[in-house]
Amino acid sequence: MLRSALLRDIAIGAAVILILLLLPMFLPSKAFQDFVIRCASMALFATSLNMLVGYTGLTSFGHGMFYGLGTYSFALLMQRTQLSMPMAFLLTLAITAVTATVVGAICIRLRLIYFAFVTLAMQMLMHSIIISWVGLTGGDQGLQGGIPRRVVAGFDLGNQHSLYIASGVALVLGLIAMRHIVGSSFGTSLRMIRDNEARAAFLGIIVWRVKLAVFVISAMFATVGGVIMSLFISGAYPELINWPISGDAIFAIVMGGIGSFLGPTVGTMILLLLNDLVTRQTQYYGLALGIIILVFALGLRRGVVDFVIQRLGFRTAGGVS
Amino acid sequence: MDLTALADCVTTASCLVTQTTSGLIVGMLLFLVAAGLTLIFGVLKIVNFAHGTFYMLGAYLAFTVFQITDSYTLGVLAGGVGMAIFGAVFERVLIARVYGANVLMQLLICYAVVLICDDLVKIIWGADFKAMGMPPEFQVPPLFIAGGVVPPFYILLITVALVIGGGLGLTLALTRIGKIIRAAAHNPSMVSALGINTTLLYSLVFAVGGALAGLAGGLAAPVRSLTPGMGFSILIESFIVTVIGGMGSIAGALIAAIVLGLIRSFGTIGFPLFTEGLMFIVMIIILVVKPSGLFGKEIV
Repeated sequence: MLRSALLRDIAIGAAVILILLLLPMFLPSKAFQDFVIRCASMALFATSLNMLVGYTGLTSFGHGMFYGLGTYSFALLMQRTQLSMPMAFLLTLAITAVTATVVGAICIRLRLIYFAFVTLAMQMLMHSIIISWVGLTGGDQGLQGGIPRRVVAGFDLGNQHSLYIASGVALVLGLIAMRHIVGSSFGTSLRMIRDNEARAAFLGIIVWRVKLAVFVISAMFATVGGVIMSLFISGAYPELINWPISGDAIFAIVMGGIGSFLGPTVGTMILLLLNDLVTRQTQYYGLALGIIILVFALGLRRGVVDFVIQRLGFRTAGGVS
Repeated sequence: MDLTALADCVTTASCLVTQTTSGLIVGMLLFLVAAGLTLIFGVLKIVNFAHGTFYMLGAYLAFTVFQITDSYTLGVLAGGVGMAIFGAVFERVLIARVYGANVLMQLLICYAVVLICDDLVKIIWGADFKAMGMPPEFQVPPLFIAGGVVPPFYILLITVALVIGGGLGLTLALTRIGKIIRAAAHNPSMVSALGINTTLLYSLVFAVGGALAGLAGGLAAPVRSLTPGMGFSILIESFIVTVIGGMGSIAGALIAAIVLGLIRSFGTIGFPLFTEGLMFIVMIIILVVKPSGLFGKEIV
């Protein structure tokens, strides 16, 4: 059962990658490739946040710290050391895993809104450290000077088309991996903790261990998103670890829907499309976006994907009975 | 980091006085904003992420009314009354629709209001910095206390904030409406069952929170530059204050706000780049050691 689901996901993933490979032949647009790269980075980040929010019930306001940590760690490792890109990538994952273990061990002791606030405080603390450690991070100017040695296995990720393909592949692989983490028995534990923590504990689930594990796992997927962004912008900037980056991810998952696996990905697309379309039309981006959010949030009262699924579910149920 | 400068300042009477007063006014403004935030959370269990926007709009309203009438008192009152109305309308029209919904839905609604108001301010008042300037009544030579400079306006600001805070505390503790509000914080359905209109009460609490933030904005207008994004930094700091003081506790908010104001004013001398970081460290420590905050036991 699980295996057939995996095969199905891999087939869908392969189809998506094939489409991404073929699309530039019909749509030779640089803007489209930019969009896919940004989308891949943000969708990985938002989906990883939803592992915490939607699946475990841990509302983090500071998940952007791992996204930003990914951009800074990767860019610094590439600039300051002679490591090859895959090594720098793996080391970045390791740095995030260690940091997330320490931060998570402190944060998961708290619940509900207190968890949200302590994660936000952690992110802002990291932001302050990056701003004040000018010698290492370039302070509020960000890490400049680009990222060297971007050739891996014959692909030069400095080349936009290669980065576009690599981002698409990373997104598909990341989504498949996350889908199977939340679909596993570990994922069932997550949902049980979300729905009734006391019952989960009675049934022998070691709650803190599961929470810490999902905190670290989701941080690592967020970092992958950060690495893609770092490659895309050739550096790292404090904005990528400031609070609005967490706000964007929260926005994406709430718009898309926290109740469905692909909700955050759809939400990310909505966010980026709104961003691109609205900024082109008006300088009053906030006004337009705010009104759109209000219409969506008060009109649907749930994410877009959740709304569609519930509507379809209602209809099929009605049809059967 | 410049710890010698900090040590020099703490051991010099004039610097100590100057920094303490500037820390106190930061703290008092923070207190007024955070008191509303903590009151709304205590009663409605809603984290009002748009609270900084109330402060910003209060400041701009005060700015405009002051320019038209030349009366600073009227300006501050306009900020307070205007934001009381805005708060009540905001609660009725938007927040009331998401009671009981996911906290993220509430966050999203507030975020939308922040975005809309920031842009409305840009449209109405312009995106550039606005300076209200010191009202003529206060354009007098500063006081010198132990060699430290203390502008008379600061004394007014601290006094007014303390009076408002004290009035709020006494109202909650002693009056009938105060008792109803505290009871509603404890058990809203019981209060409702006793025949009290909780819908009206919730609007009232939002109006009071709005008024406090609006007054703070008006009071801050002469000493702060007005920008469309000014609500956000005070919002984050009010969160820190609320969390440290204990969410729902007015007395806790007062003490935490003063502590934070002092950290800010002395921090800028000792570690100018890391003052914010220091505040977040304090917040993390408090959350980890005592998540309910210093005064978390009190409800309101």
